[in-house]
Amino acid sequence: MDEVKLFGFWPSPFSRRVIWALKLKGVNYEYIEEDIPYNKSDLLLQYNPVHKKIPVLVHGGKPIAESLVILEYIDEVWPHNPLLPKDAYERSVARFWAKFIDEKTRTLWEFFQKSGEEQEKAIKNNFEILRTIEEYGLGDKKFFGGDRIGVADLVFGMVIHMLVPLEEVVGVKFIKADTFPRLHAWMKNFSEQPTIKDNVPDHSKVVDFLKTIDFWIGP
Amino acid sequence: MGEENKVILHGMWASPFSKRVELALKLKGIPFEYVEEDLKNKSAEILHYNPVHKKIPVLVHNGKPIAESLVILEYIDETWKNNPRFLPQDPYKRARVRFWTSFVQQHLFETMFTVVKTDGEAQEKAVKELLEKLQVLEEGIKEFFPDGNICIDSNNVGLLDLVLLSVFGPYNVQEEVLGIKIIDMEKTPLVYSWLRAINQLPLVKESIPPHDKLAAVLKFMRENALKSSSA
Repeated sequence: MDEVKLFGFWPSPFSRRVIWALKLKGVNYEYIEEDIPYNKSDLLLQYNPVHKKIPVLVHGGKPIAESLVILEYIDEVWPHNPLLPKDAYERSVARFWAKFIDEKTRTLWEFFQKSGEEQEKAIKNNFEILRTIEEYGLGDKKFFGGDRIGVADLVFGMVIHMLVPLEEVVGVKFIKADTFPRLHAWMKNFSEQPTIKDNVPDHSKVVDFLKTIDFWIGP
Repeated sequence: MGEENKVILHGMWASPFSKRVELALKLKGIPFEYVEEDLKNKSAEILHYNPVHKKIPVLVHNGKPIAESLVILEYIDETWKNNPRFLPQDPYKRARVRFWTSFVQQHLFETMFTVVKTDGEAQEKAVKELLEKLQVLEEGIKEFFPDGNICIDSNNVGLLDLVLLSVFGPYNVQEEVLGIKIIDMEKTPLVYSWLRAINQLPLVKESIPPHDKLAAVLKFMRENALKSSSA
């Protein structure tokens, strides 16, 4: 009755952030790997008829789609190890950054898809995005959530398991100790957190995947 | 107004994002100061309060700024817990409201924007997409109005109502300027009735800008967009 299922796709950052949230809260769930995009299961199409996308969380038979909506749901149903602060103002700041990072990390892909002058523009754009995130979002905090990992950290987490492989395929490096010292430190702190460390897709698997995809895995 | 609980809204009269926050404050009976921003000449406050986007609306509560209209609406609901509550209490119902709000905001609004900014084949494509998505919404909202009865009053207006209103509330204006039928009573009867119900609320009626003013702004936006895309 209260069983939890997650329909996901192993390289997807949208899927990954939900896995992290469930693991951080110690929620038991059944994971269903979807064959994206050409062979989606009937169940997925039934649970998310509007968008036909992963991730979809199903709790006691009731489906929830859209990763940020899922994260809020998880935090409300399993309130221990909270992903959002208690204070309403702090929550609004956390939501602002979760939303901003979610929107901008989709743009972070463009340097991978483009070439020539357009790629150069996309690379320059990425530097600007990361600068804004570092200066205004993270600031001097250890995590976006403060001392503990919060929802914005889970969203930015795509840099450790997706941006790094993208960089390797293209041959460019964004977050270095000298270019973005605070984001660089964040990457170390975030990836060393035991739950995160144990739940990151294998780097070379992702690189191989990126080299062979012929579709855009953005939403 | 005392310094404690001082609320200021930086907005712009024709912006749907601004309007939804303005209505939210009025519906909850929250006293606030309204600052009309000139988007061509943004104030130092906006640049200070929203350095990331430099956009309105920005809500300032006790000197602390909140940006992004949907974030602001959730903040308002969590801070002023009187009726109307914008989100239900049950987590699953909240997730459904947030899902459909995201659909209206990210899909319907964006497609509507494309319809406004394009012409010819591109516009035809966008209109087709818009009408298809309105059908999806028509189907989807049956979960909120299971017996087809739409009963909205100033005590139960919610997040989804506010967002739908801000996007399609002025559909008469949109249809007139674009020469396209968007909210069709026969094709999307629930959406049609729902919009009518929200538009009838007294606070909504008195907050909506005059038809001609909105039409002028929409025409101006469209002309500008078409000019710059053909330049």
